[in-house]
Amino acid sequence: MSKQAILASVAEPNLKSDLPVIKPGDTVRAHVKVREGGKERIQIFEGLAIAVKNGGIAKNVTLRKISNGVGVERTLLLHSPNVEKFEVLRHGKVRRAKLYYIRGKVGKAARIAEKR
Amino acid sequence: MLSGILGKKVGMTHVFTEEGKNIPVTVIQAGPVYVTQIKTVETDGYNAIQVGYEEMSDKHLTFPKHGHLKKAGVTTNLRHMAEFRVDSTDGFELGQEIKVDIFGEGENVDLTAKSKGRGFAGGVKRHHFKGQHMTHGFMTHRRPNSSGATGPQRVFKGTKKPGHMGDAQITQTGSRIVGLDAERNLIWVSGSVPGAPDGLVRVTKAGK
Repeated sequence: MSKQAILASVAEPNLKSDLPVIKPGDTVRAHVKVREGGKERIQIFEGLAIAVKNGGIAKNVTLRKISNGVGVERTLLLHSPNVEKFEVLRHGKVRRAKLYYIRGKVGKAARIAEKR
Repeated sequence: MLSGILGKKVGMTHVFTEEGKNIPVTVIQAGPVYVTQIKTVETDGYNAIQVGYEEMSDKHLTFPKHGHLKKAGVTTNLRHMAEFRVDSTDGFELGQEIKVDIFGEGENVDLTAKSKGRGFAGGVKRHHFKGQHMTHGFMTHRRPNSSGATGPQRVFKGTKKPGHMGDAQITQTGSRIVGLDAERNLIWVSGSVPGAPDGLVRVTKAGK
């Protein structure tokens, strides 16, 4: 067994099998588990996927939204048990893999066309 | 029960804990090891178990090693040998196979391995000297500069200097075993492990 195969087999039980395909430009709703005072509840974070980084079990997505006029970004591990599920609400039409340029844009300029 | 085992570093990956924490782990292919010699107070002055690890071809098997292994009833050539001190040699027999199940999940272990060699390294890399500015007219950048005061007109012994770095035995204490697979002889410990992949790692119970 190769070294890579061994490493993959160690991480494999931690992987989720029912993940949707998330691409940069998609609008994604993440159901994040929040623990407060011994209780657990679901908090929804909805935003634009501005970056998807691969890496097996470390695959992650950066979601950006504007909350009360302030830009908020969260990087979530796709396979993390702390995220109940991901929903892709809208596919965006984009021409690059990392949409960091959107950080410098507000309002109408920060729109992304829907993919048809 | 033996207090340690020999293994080979495989590489790093991540796993998630039940609380959802993402932890980096290093996977070690550990064992099985075979008992090749039992040392006792009567014969050797101390109690220890000598084990061999990693089967290899007989092509480079020397006659003395062949005799040593034959005495233990081990039929294959073994690449590495190591000794583990024990309080009593009861329960050990020659040729016995020892696997990773001597450890448990959540147990702390000490890891001994040979660090990656860095060759002749300068002071900045080897001792974290600050160096000089890269710009603003500085004509030196990474020199060690002063070796000491003019008072005692000599350099003290042990003064940090450039020199050979790495390729030395490192013992990392208190690494936690995150998981193990006795069937496939794998253990994975939290965090990093000294040395390069495929390097020999000696895994011992913490403090032993």
